[in-house]
Amino acid sequence: MDLSYTQEQQEFRKEVRVFLAENLPSRISEKVRLGKRLVKGDTQEWSAMLNARGWLAANWPKQYGGAEWDAVQRQIFEEETCLAHAPRLVPFGLTMLAPVLLAFGTEEQRQRFLPRILSGVDWWCQGYSEPGAGSDLAALKTTAVLNGNHYVVNGQKTWTTLGQHANWIFCLVRTSADVKKQSGISFLLIDMETPGVTVRPIVLIDGQAEVNEIFFDNVRVPVENLVGEQDKGWTYAKYLLTHERTNIAGVGFSDAALATLKHVAAHTMAGGRPLDRNPHFAARMAQVEIDLMAMRTTNLRVVSAAAKGQAPGAESSMLKIKGTILRQELTSLLRRAAGPDAMPYLPEFLEGRDTTDPFGPEHAPSAAPTYFNMRKLSIFGGANEIQRTIIAKAILEL
Amino acid sequence: MDFNLTEERAMLRDMLQRFLGERYDHEARRKLIASGAPYDADILIELAKLGILGAMFSEDDGGFGGTGFDLLVVFEELGRVGTIEPVVGSAVLAGGLLSELGNASQKALIGQVIGGVTVLALAHGEPQSRYDLSRVHTTAQADGGQIVLNGTKTHVVNGAQAETLVVSARENGAKDDEGGISLFLVPLALEGVTCIDHRNVDDTSGARIVFDNVRLAQSDRLGKAGSAFAALETATARATLAVCAEAVGAMEAAKALTVQYLKERKQFGVPIGKFQALQHRMVDVLIEIEQARSAVVNLAGNLEAERNIRERHVSATKNLIGRVGALVVEESIQMHGGIGMTDEYALSHFARRLTMIDHLFGDVDHHLERFIALSAA
Repeated sequence: MDLSYTQEQQEFRKEVRVFLAENLPSRISEKVRLGKRLVKGDTQEWSAMLNARGWLAANWPKQYGGAEWDAVQRQIFEEETCLAHAPRLVPFGLTMLAPVLLAFGTEEQRQRFLPRILSGVDWWCQGYSEPGAGSDLAALKTTAVLNGNHYVVNGQKTWTTLGQHANWIFCLVRTSADVKKQSGISFLLIDMETPGVTVRPIVLIDGQAEVNEIFFDNVRVPVENLVGEQDKGWTYAKYLLTHERTNIAGVGFSDAALATLKHVAAHTMAGGRPLDRNPHFAARMAQVEIDLMAMRTTNLRVVSAAAKGQAPGAESSMLKIKGTILRQELTSLLRRAAGPDAMPYLPEFLEGRDTTDPFGPEHAPSAAPTYFNMRKLSIFGGANEIQRTIIAKAILEL
Repeated sequence: MDFNLTEERAMLRDMLQRFLGERYDHEARRKLIASGAPYDADILIELAKLGILGAMFSEDDGGFGGTGFDLLVVFEELGRVGTIEPVVGSAVLAGGLLSELGNASQKALIGQVIGGVTVLALAHGEPQSRYDLSRVHTTAQADGGQIVLNGTKTHVVNGAQAETLVVSARENGAKDDEGGISLFLVPLALEGVTCIDHRNVDDTSGARIVFDNVRLAQSDRLGKAGSAFAALETATARATLAVCAEAVGAMEAAKALTVQYLKERKQFGVPIGKFQALQHRMVDVLIEIEQARSAVVNLAGNLEAERNIRERHVSATKNLIGRVGALVVEESIQMHGGIGMTDEYALSHFARRLTMIDHLFGDVDHHLERFIALSAA
């Protein structure tokens, strides 16, 4: 056992810090720090900066323009970017589609799509969930029927995160009906500018339209947009659930949220003293920190095992459950810390029209919306209930 | 002991439930908010006609209720549909202070509140006061025969919709003394009063109100100079009961939606309510809501008790409601999945209101600490 980072890893951390200090625009990091709403251009601007440095695709092989970092390097990068309040990278192309193309796509597909992810020409979204297929994803009903050189796609996807910005969507579609439900699913890439694709935003509890419904009405998709073999899409989707999920614990996000919480609690007066001197609030804050200290090591234990060639498998479900509980608890504490100032709903302030009066400290307006928004963490990417079932089956063999 | 409602209160509840069931729903509220209106003025008038606002006041003040159990019955029903109309800030907080401290001519306003023709607001909280009732920095200084008001009030419930404000200000004492606080009746339109309206997360309305050399007469004072704290505490106790009862109504509504969803939503070929993992959690939610109801009954029954007993119940109930509220919100959303997070589904409103109630009149941490202090006293 050795808990220390190697000299090389420490150098890497320094390099990342210098890069962030020199490049990340404060205009953007301030938005992230205060929980304000990012626009498409903010994410694109930051992605382009990382791409220019060769750091956008942390997990891709170098031959495709990736950084080819190991798991510990990725962890360091995540920690540093979160603490610097860099925008979250949109994962759908970088860490969801790309690994599937690298593992199961054709060389032609890799050459066609990967550079466009790096350059930002394409913004991908994920077409998995449907109104009748959430936790039971394999019950999906969107169909793709082969007709000459095209699949004709009909159906509906939902909860499509940031689909309003996307020009491409990777979908799980049903290509065979009369087989076990997992066996008739294919992985299809669909250009969203194709006739018959309709995007309808869904306003969520925090007032933002972050997710969308996407309708497919006789959408013609060229057969070369099929990834891997027809009817094998479930295998590719599952591959994603157990690979490339080193970030799933969100330790970096929790680190950043804890730092913000400590700062807020130290500067908020409650009952005549700083909030971090209130024994009840301080105890809750300390418990989160204690959990997070252990979580960081749990995460590193799992990801470094993966770095030696072992896939994390069901352990990634453990990281997801514990990681999301901590992140949600942090948003709950930040909400409480804001006190009465958490009450006003100020979309203009959250959208960065800074002339708006926040009616209290600048961190307060996002406290409640973020608390509500982060309820999604335990729902999406496989609800925490599903993750528990995976652990019960795969690890406990129950 | 009798845990049944009196016949009159049961009738009041049934009538209110029927009226709100017919006239109030999530979609109507969403349309109203989209139109920019702070609340439905017609609903307020109709609530007045049904005697709902009168139920907030005693017979001496022209009402026909005013006890803890009257508040409990009314606010549970208001919470069950998620109303945003100005009842708690106007009738319970400001109205309660008028009732307790007002002279005959000042009390004339109560009749207008009961009739639904005017809205009052209590302007008490300040930027630095958080949940402390005695931390009043706004000053009221004698100037000749007049009084000059200076200071800033925040999160004034329905402040911008009110015609008349009840404003707390310090006439003497240090900045967090209980003594030295006075209350004044101030028309919102008076010179030197600036009001900035804002919507809250739960679609209710709040305001920041600045008093800049506002000149008042001695006769605008409510009660005796410098001795309003006890009345503020009592009014806040009543308002705390009101929002806690409202929370129980909202919890019941969230529970009903969630149970219905567990029965209807099928995954893996069965209704998800068949999964024991969810059943047990829903049962825990039910148990906690029953606890919340009991806590509210405890507070309602002790609202007229001596100060220390009453305030212990205020803190106990508000702490428990805050904890159970968060559980109900988080579990209801989780068991719904994505649909539970959408604005167009009614659960979102109940979730926002339940959460914001934790930020009104002190949250779980504030009241836990206060309960410990009151218990030691």
